Amino acid sequence: MGIRAFKNDEFKDNDTLEQFKHKGGNIILTTVDGLINWGRKNSLWPLTFATSCCGIEMMAFGGSRHDMARFGFEVYRASPRQADLIIVAGTINTKMAPVLKRLYDQMADPKYVIAMGACAISGGPFFLNSYCVVRGVEHVIPVDVYIPGCPPRPEALMYGMMQLQRKIETETVLHKKDTVKEYL
Amino acid sequence: MTEEISSVVEVDDQEYIINFGPQHPSTHGVLRFVVNLRGEVVKNLQPHIGYIHRGIEKMCEKLTYQQIIHLTDRMDYLSAHMNNEAVCLCVEKALDIEVPERVKYVRTILDELNRIASHQLWWCSFGMDMGGQTCYFYGLRDREKILDIFEETCGGRLLLSYNTPGGLMWDIHPNFQQRIKDFIKYFRKKLPEYDKILTGNVILQERTKGIGHLSLEDAISYGVTGPTARASGFSCDVRKNYPYSAYDKVDFKEILYTEGDTFHRYLARMEEMRESMKILEQLVDNIPAGDFTAKMKPVVKLPEGEYFQRVETSRGELGVYIISKGDKFPYRIKFRSPNFCNLATMNLMASGFKIADLIAISGSMDLVIPDIDR
Repeated sequence: MGIRAFKNDEFKDNDTLEQFKHKGGNIILTTVDGLINWGRKNSLWPLTFATSCCGIEMMAFGGSRHDMARFGFEVYRASPRQADLIIVAGTINTKMAPVLKRLYDQMADPKYVIAMGACAISGGPFFLNSYCVVRGVEHVIPVDVYIPGCPPRPEALMYGMMQLQRKIETETVLHKKDTVKEYL
Repeated sequence: MTEEISSVVEVDDQEYIINFGPQHPSTHGVLRFVVNLRGEVVKNLQPHIGYIHRGIEKMCEKLTYQQIIHLTDRMDYLSAHMNNEAVCLCVEKALDIEVPERVKYVRTILDELNRIASHQLWWCSFGMDMGGQTCYFYGLRDREKILDIFEETCGGRLLLSYNTPGGLMWDIHPNFQQRIKDFIKYFRKKLPEYDKILTGNVILQERTKGIGHLSLEDAISYGVTGPTARASGFSCDVRKNYPYSAYDKVDFKEILYTEGDTFHRYLARMEEMRESMKILEQLVDNIPAGDFTAKMKPVVKLPEGEYFQRVETSRGELGVYIISKGDKFPYRIKFRSPNFCNLATMNLMASGFKIADLIAISGSMDLVIPDIDR
């Protein structure tokens, strides 16, 4: 089965993606893909976007013990226009959601999203009874990798980032990544 | 937005308004300042809050007292243990329960460890605000040692949820005391490094001395607490004035300065780390044997009435006010968070200074935004 027969939503787990990748393709295209993806995956610049507790674990990941610089993630950018990756670390509420959407729109392609922690995945501890929390950041922007935990350990974030690297490796220049999401 | 500002403040042709935040690395979260500038000088500043408002107070009305604990450490996540303790102490006070001595000692030790961890993180982010990236790595290196102690005993690194009304969730780990002694020995050597790298730095001193002055009168009338107020000479340490847990058994100094500028707010926090280590040294060897929790019913029902308890978090005074109607849920719960009151003085401190000084001033306040919005 060709890769195009699948809907976009079904490309979610890395194993399936890699299977398609190993099926082979045009020799020139795969070489170009390999080179571009190698560059992209090893210089992911995250945006400094931390709303709450998970931001502290994100800082700990950047700190001395866990040292995200080993993977090429260390350049935190304050401006979304220079960032490749947005790590949504913390709760997003209805007042913050338009701001997050705008930040995501300001980022240049290719751009990736990691939903870090229970709040960004589903609202987490604020899922029930809260009147203003957005139940999951995927209602606002498309998410590539989910990292569970409240807050996730820096090691969990590290694993999530490595999963994102795997995902980037399976991309091809032929198909543009779908980064548009209908806003609620 | 311009209309809403100009209705409050007169804006003439020479002034312009900039938005500072909500996504800005120096606001340490999602705080937004609307700043009126004349040239480079701040004329007026309005904080806009609510970007991380999660309705914790309202949610608490549908939760039992044991469940509330898990929401409170998501408010001021850097002093998670103190937030838990505040609710626990309030519930214990209402039920008139005497917790075992062991619990009081362990709670106090964890309070102080949490305070050191919080100040270390403040120090490294304050250094980064001032442009010193090295501080970030030094601060986090030592903070991980404390997080190891937390992880071993409480199971969590950042959000502990180790307290429960009546005592602790489980007993301390056998390594607990030895680990703390090792940490104190280690950190006593490392703290002078902090002074070497940042306190004596000319750039830091030039940028903070005489900047963002807060007078004693203003500190009192705005209800500022914590190291921010103590740098202005306002003696407001709850640990000293209204001792709770085991604070009446330890000897420590309340750090007071009278200058009230950014540099002395910095010094107050640095000195607090030393005092916290002193408290730890006095307590760590004397943890009495006994139960780790008092006898509690699985469902706690508070008698009808109003209860208030305050504790000193690493940012100031946290008050918990519970109104109970005799149910297993609180009728109303209100948190008096230190950051919310401290934030109110921002306009007072930053007006008349350059916009670059605003970063130093807000950094020295050590704001935690989810604690402001709740």
